[in-house]
Parts: sequence; structure tokens; C-alpha cells
Amino acid sequence: MAAHRCSCWSWLLILFSLSVFVVADIHETTPVNDHHGGVDHNAQTAEQTADQPAVEERRWEATEVKEAATVDAAADIQGTSAPETVVPSSVPQPKDDFQEELVIRPLHSGDIYASFQFRTLWDTDFMRENKVSHYRLFPKSLGQVISKFSVRELHISFTQGYWRTMQWGQPFIPSPPGAELWVWFQDSVTDVDATWKELTNVLSGIFCASLNFIDSTNTVQPSASFKPLGIGNVTDHSFLRYATLPREIVCTENLTPWKKLLPCGSKAGLAVLLKSEKLFHSSFHSQAVHIRSVCQDWQCKTTSWELRQTLNSVFDLHNSGQTKREWSLFKMFSRTLTEACPLASSSKLYIDITDNPQGEQFELSPATSLLSQAVVLGDRRTFSVYDLTQETTFGSVRSLNLLIRWKSNEGEMLRPLLHAERYVAGYGLQTGEIHTLMYNNHPYRSFPVLLLDSVPWYLRLYIHTLSVTSKGKDNKPSYIHYEPSKDRVKPHLLEMLIQLPPNSVTEVTVQFERALLKWTEYPPDPNHGFYVGSSVISSLVPSTVAMHTNSTRERPLFSSFFPCKEESSYFVRIYTEPLLVNLPTPDFSMPYNVICLTCTVVAVGYGSLYNLLTRSFQIEEPNPGLAKRIANVIRRMRGVPPL
Amino acid sequence: MKILTLLGLFSACFLANSINIENSAGQFFSSGHTNNWAVLVCTSRFWFNYRHVANTLSVYRSVKRLGIPDSHIVLMLADDMACNHRNPKPATVFSHKNMELNVYGDDVEVDYRGYEVTVENFLRVLTGRLPPSTPRSKRLLSDDRSNILIYLTGHGGNGFLKFQDSEEISNVELADAFEQMWQKRRYNELLFIIDTCQGASMYERFYSPNIMALASSQVGEDSLSHQPDLAIGVHLMDRYTFYMLEFLEDIHPASKTNMNDLFKVCPKSQCVSTPGHRTDLFLRDPGSVLITDFFGSVRKVELTMDAINLTDPIKQMEEKEKRSS
Repeated sequence: MAAHRCSCWSWLLILFSLSVFVVADIHETTPVNDHHGGVDHNAQTAEQTADQPAVEERRWEATEVKEAATVDAAADIQGTSAPETVVPSSVPQPKDDFQEELVIRPLHSGDIYASFQFRTLWDTDFMRENKVSHYRLFPKSLGQVISKFSVRELHISFTQGYWRTMQWGQPFIPSPPGAELWVWFQDSVTDVDATWKELTNVLSGIFCASLNFIDSTNTVQPSASFKPLGIGNVTDHSFLRYATLPREIVCTENLTPWKKLLPCGSKAGLAVLLKSEKLFHSSFHSQAVHIRSVCQDWQCKTTSWELRQTLNSVFDLHNSGQTKREWSLFKMFSRTLTEACPLASSSKLYIDITDNPQGEQFELSPATSLLSQAVVLGDRRTFSVYDLTQETTFGSVRSLNLLIRWKSNEGEMLRPLLHAERYVAGYGLQTGEIHTLMYNNHPYRSFPVLLLDSVPWYLRLYIHTLSVTSKGKDNKPSYIHYEPSKDRVKPHLLEMLIQLPPNSVTEVTVQFERALLKWTEYPPDPNHGFYVGSSVISSLVPSTVAMHTNSTRERPLFSSFFPCKEESSYFVRIYTEPLLVNLPTPDFSMPYNVICLTCTVVAVGYGSLYNLLTRSFQIEEPNPGLAKRIANVIRRMRGVPPL
Repeated sequence: MKILTLLGLFSACFLANSINIENSAGQFFSSGHTNNWAVLVCTSRFWFNYRHVANTLSVYRSVKRLGIPDSHIVLMLADDMACNHRNPKPATVFSHKNMELNVYGDDVEVDYRGYEVTVENFLRVLTGRLPPSTPRSKRLLSDDRSNILIYLTGHGGNGFLKFQDSEEISNVELADAFEQMWQKRRYNELLFIIDTCQGASMYERFYSPNIMALASSQVGEDSLSHQPDLAIGVHLMDRYTFYMLEFLEDIHPASKTNMNDLFKVCPKSQCVSTPGHRTDLFLRDPGSVLITDFFGSVRKVELTMDAINLTDPIKQMEEKEKRSS
């Protein structure tokens, strides 16, 4: 039938082309004869092109209705944004804004610290009855997570490596090794634990991480740490959940979905520098997503949702195979910058030149005249600024490859005021001791710190052995909150508010006993050890310069992450190292060995005994010769007894 | 007269073409599947099993290149080799020595990783019995018109495959899981490839229809690895998957290579073990099954000549929306 239809169509086409020939023949003959194959093709294309302008016209009409400005058309060509619909609707379109920045801070050890921040501000209400359905710069996957799980604040970070405070100073955004997730839920949530479990599963799908391992055995409800970083005067800590997975690996599969959340993806702007082969070949790599509500003006009459995606990386001088101390964007990221993200309202690159006022330590090229000062981490720092939204930044080669060349190696790093360490002491596989050391390096000021410890249930802490000493003397904490663990249900939670005396070391020690797990609870590689999450130390540290308390002022992103309530101190959060402890591990090949051994013993022992008891000996005649055998056969046949 | 002869010639070749179109149209609709899924599993942990991760990632790479999107691939890697601290080149997994081909790439999405790769999770993915809060990327949302490619690699033995050095899946369990999938109509056709020692024992017990199976070695034989890289210090790939990757690199979404060519991949001279295959449960002739039926995502389109009227139900929805907003 199909073939029949095909041949019908072919006949019709032949008739049509015949009519075309007749018409063409009137006009000219020779060209038609030469290209007999191509003529019909022309006829066919003539037919098609007759259709096409009509189709194209239709398409153009549709796009005229859809798209308003040529800017959108240009953006479409770059493939970076969804087309804007300027269709008049009853709901006014909420305003959203995207900023990106990169701060590069040379460190005294020769390494270099790069901190990316991408911030999207959106003036919308996720909690209202009608679901938000029109997303522009804000990623839809995160918007749906916020509205479905009634999230007030969400902070998730993935880190590879440990931040060395004494060599590198304080980071802009601190994070512990592994994965960390803490969430404040809205007051309208009735069952926080069930919502928390669903939220971790959904996030594990979004970020390709095994966050589904977060359950009640590693989740805690801190009672004083982790106050909301956005607006909201909340005192009920039952809506807060904190969990950390120290064993979580960060690799390209976590970076890929993180990059896809950005409005420009990794195609334009600062995100083109995020190449996984260079980022993971570093001493420290941390990527995070922070969602919170912020005030839009000084009186805080209107609020908007802020999404910050941060990525911190420390590149090692010797690891990257360099001999002299020289860094460039190409050496760090194997890419250079060519343009800013077209959707960004501001796109800046800051280089910290505070230690280099007259250019005697290092030389920056291409030179820039833009300077900016910012008060960050209790210090006033000076930065050279490159504005990527200006064409002149890229020069005649249309690409920016920043080069920092060192001339001298002098200079001392500002010692961080607060620093912490943690380790396990003791011997054997039964008991041990956790020591946490906190250093206050301020010469004359003392300040309080809030220490949060979350220890898994299989390390049974003996809280009666808890001791806090500073300078050899007992230092009684002014606030202790302790929640004991329950085997296989929840971990220990210990929170203490300790006053650190000036210029001192405070040591917190607690003894523990290791539990014996059931044999199904061991991971496939139990001899690696078991991780204990980092301790969190939060504190308001005295600052040397006055901090800005107005959070709505126009400030660079790196200085406006932590809110500031007073001018004389700034907020700092420090994470200690995670601990790796060995639990008594059975030999998993033992069941097989036992079965083999038992079976062998039983077989040999029982078999021998049985043989001894039941074996009887009989005399057997030797085999007679052939003649005698034949004679015996004949005799048997005759009925006579054999020989 | 000249025109008439030209017309005659033209009509002849047009008819010939139309017969050819008829053939390819027929072939277009012969396989009966409308979407493609892939479940790629590496079951080995520890750095010295680098080659199993490289095996799985090379199949992932081929499958993605031929068109199956990440949302239709469930990738399970039992350990992280790319960002392992023993990897001299972080964020890379190489398949050829001298670091020629990075199969890890820049755009990879691993759905199950590390301790999540267990026998229970693998069987739950296959049968679809997952907890309700499992995200979509971790589910195998196939239907009765899906062609599924299942690739397993790791350490195995006669009748079992070892998961992460701590548990095993037996060939009976696997056959039963496939039978559950058949009864729940979760696949149209299934291609099962396994690259382990004594891999043929894993497909001996299958009894559900429409399954084609390939293995890298027969019962009693070991599958061998291909070549070590002295800079990385481990063997990079297994032989069977190495030659299969070379074969797949020549396939593009429009190629017409069929399964008989895949059966010939890695003969005994190259593989040292004897690859085996099983097609008795498969309804179609393997010579008519295209490689892209399983490895690629060539979409089939069903044409309908009937007009569909969209009238009242849409109006009611709009009114409801207007009232609620």
C-alpha cells in the first residue's frame, strides 16, 4: 500500500514537472537539456522555496510577539539566556539581578588564593500560595526546592582539602572538609525530620553527591551556633538541622551541576575559568551554595531572596610545576577572560595589593588605575579592580590574562587572631582522647568562642572527663549544652561558650571509648577508619578597623557575606580538622576460614572414628591362575565344589 | 522527443529511489522502541581497580556521544578514581596509555557513587522499587518501549559478580530481576554486556524474552587487562572493553552497523579469553539489530494522519487558573 502510494505520488510529480517543462520550453531549451538531473531538483526546490518563505514568515511573526529587544536576540545567539517574554500579564515581573566577582589574594607561602562569588538577587516570594513559575536568572531547581520544602535558609558546601589558617590566613567563606549542609526551615513546617530527609535526597540528585547518607545518626540541632545569616529573628532552634559528611568526595560530577545553576553557565563571564582539571589539582577546593533572605533597604521594608554560589581554591606553587614565583590567569585556570557575562549587572576582578602599596613586592600587569578599599575580616584591604563590563579592560587582544610577577620575598603575614587544631590521643583500639586546641593570638583582648562538637555514637564520650584549661588553669565555660548520643539513633552534641584569655592556648579534652559495631554495619573498607566531623568554632573577633554595619550599602560581595551587627568586631567561623579513628575491626574472611577448618576437622576426625569402630578385616584368597579359574568354572557347571 | 526520453529516465530513477525509501522506512519502524536507557555499573573499589572505572566511563562516553542524554543514563561508580589522592592527574581517567584519551571529561554526572553502589541499590534501580524520595536522576524510568543497555564490570567468578569486595550478586538474582522487569513491562529489548572473569556464567540463567547478552570470557577463563601506564601506575583498561571502545568510536548516530559486528569484537588473538554471546532469547535476528538501537538514542517518530481537536478541556483549565490567581 505504501509502495502504491509512493508510485502514485511519483506519477503526479512527473505530470507536474512535465507541465513545468512545457512552460520552461517556451522560454529556453538548451540549459534545460544540459542539466536533466538538476532541472527536476530545481523544480523540487522551487516548490520547496515557495513553501519556505511562507513558513519563515510565520516563524518571524511568532518571534516578534515573543521577543522585545535586540539584546535578547543577541543573547539567544550566545545561547546563554532564556527568551524574555514581555507579554503583558496581571502579575508584575519580579526584578532579579546577577553579579559576579573574582578575588585573587597572593599568599605569603607562594600559593595563590582565588575566590569566586556569583550572586543572584530576586525580589519574589516563594512562600505564597501561587507557585512561582517564571524563572529568569534564578535557577528553577533551587527555586522549587525552596518552595516545596519551606526553606528559610540553606547552606551547602563541598570541600576537598583542609584550610591551613596559619599559612593562608582567614578564608572569605569557611567550609569543612567533605560535605556540610545546614538548613533553617520556616515556622510552617510541621514535621521537620521528614522534610529534612526528603530535602537531603533531592539535593543529592541535584548535586550528584551521596547526601542521602545524611540521616538521624549524623544530624544535630545546634542550640546556639548557626544562627541565620539572613534576616529573621528566630529563637526556636527546632527548625534548624546541621549535618556533615567528612568522607564525601568532590569531583567534576559535583562541579558540573553547580556550574549549570549559573545564569551564564560556564560559557561566558568568570565561570569560563572553572575548568575541572586545574581546579582539582589544587591544595584546597571548596564550592558552596548559600540561599537566604536579605533586606533590600535600610529599614528592611522589602526583602528579596539571595543565592550565592561561591568557589574557593588555593593553588600550590610547587604542585603546578613552577620554578619562579609568578602567577597568571592562564597558569591557574588554563583559560583567560574574554568577556563578562551579558546577564550580569557587575562583573569584577579584585587583586589584593595591600602588601604591595608601591609595587615593591610584586608587579601586576596589565596595569589598572581602578583601586578599591574594603573592610573585610577585620582589616582594611586595598584592591586593584578590573571591570570586565568595560571593553577597555580586555585591551587590543580582546582577552585578559592577568600576570603577577614577584620581585622580592619579604613581608610577613598578618597572624590570624583565632586558630584551632584537633587531634586524637591515646593508644590501642579501646579508648582514646579528643584534644581540641584554640589559639587566641590577640595581645591584650579576650573574646568568647562558641565550640560545637558533633561526635558519632560509636565513640562513646565520657563527659565527666571533659576539661577545659587555658594557660594551665581551669577555664569554666559559661554555657554548656550537651545532648548524649543514642546507639544507632543519634550522635553526641556538645556546645560550649568559652572565654579565651588573650595570647593563650585553650585546650578542651574529653575521653572516649570505641564501640564494637555489628558486622553488617562496617563499610566495605573498614580498615580505612571512621571519620569524625570537624568541630565548628564561631566567634566575634575584635577587629582593628571599624566594620560597616549597614548591610544594604553597595559593597563587594566578598565583604558582605557575614552580617555585621557591631563595628568593633567581625564574625568568624573556623573548622578544625576531621578526625580519623580506627574502630576494632573483625577479620571478614573469618567465616570462610572457620567453615573450611571445621569441615576439615569434622571430616578427618569423624571419618577416622567411624572407620575404627565399624571396619572389620576379612581374609581374602589370592587370585588363582587362569587354568584353575577355567577348571573352577567347569566344576561349577558340573555342580562339584571348586578347588 | 528529447524531453520525453528525459522524462522516462527520470521516472525510472525516481521509482528506484522510492523503493529504497520504502526499505529504509520499513527498517525505521522495525525495532519498536521509542526511547533508550543505559545502566552502567562499576562494582570495584580501591585504586588498583582503576581499570573498571575506566571501562564504565568509556562506555558512558560512547553512549553519550551517540545521543543518550544524562537524564536517561544511570551511572554507578563504586569508587572515585578521578579525584583520588593517588591520581597524578586529578579530574582525569585515561583509557589509553600516554594519556591520550580522557574518558572522564568535563561534563559527567555520576548518579550512584561510593558506598551507594550496592547489590540492593542496583536491583532496586532495575526493578524500580525505590523509596519515594529518590530523585529522578537516580531512577530508571523506562517503559515498555524502552531499549535498555546494561553494562557491568568488576571482579566476578562462576555465577557471581563481586560488589565492592564485600558482597556478591548471583546470576540467579540477576535473571530474576530481569524477569521482574519483563513482567512489569519495563523494557522492550535489553542488551546485557559484562566484562569480568568468567562473565558468560552471568547470562546462563536468563529466561526472560528479548534479552541479548555479551560477555568478555567463558566459564573457566579470566578476562585480562590491557596495558598499564607507568606514570599512573595501574592498568588502564580491560581488553574486551578496550577493543569495544575502539569499535564504538567508529560508530556515529546514523551508522548501520549491526550486532553481528559487535559479536566479532575482540577475538581470542586480541583478548586472550573467548568472548561469548547469547541471542536465543532475542526475537529479532541479531543481523537486523543496529548498534544504535542500544548505544544511541535515535528517536522514532510515529506519524498520525488524524487531526486532534483541542477544545473544551483547555478552556476549563484557563478559567480555573484565572479564578485562582
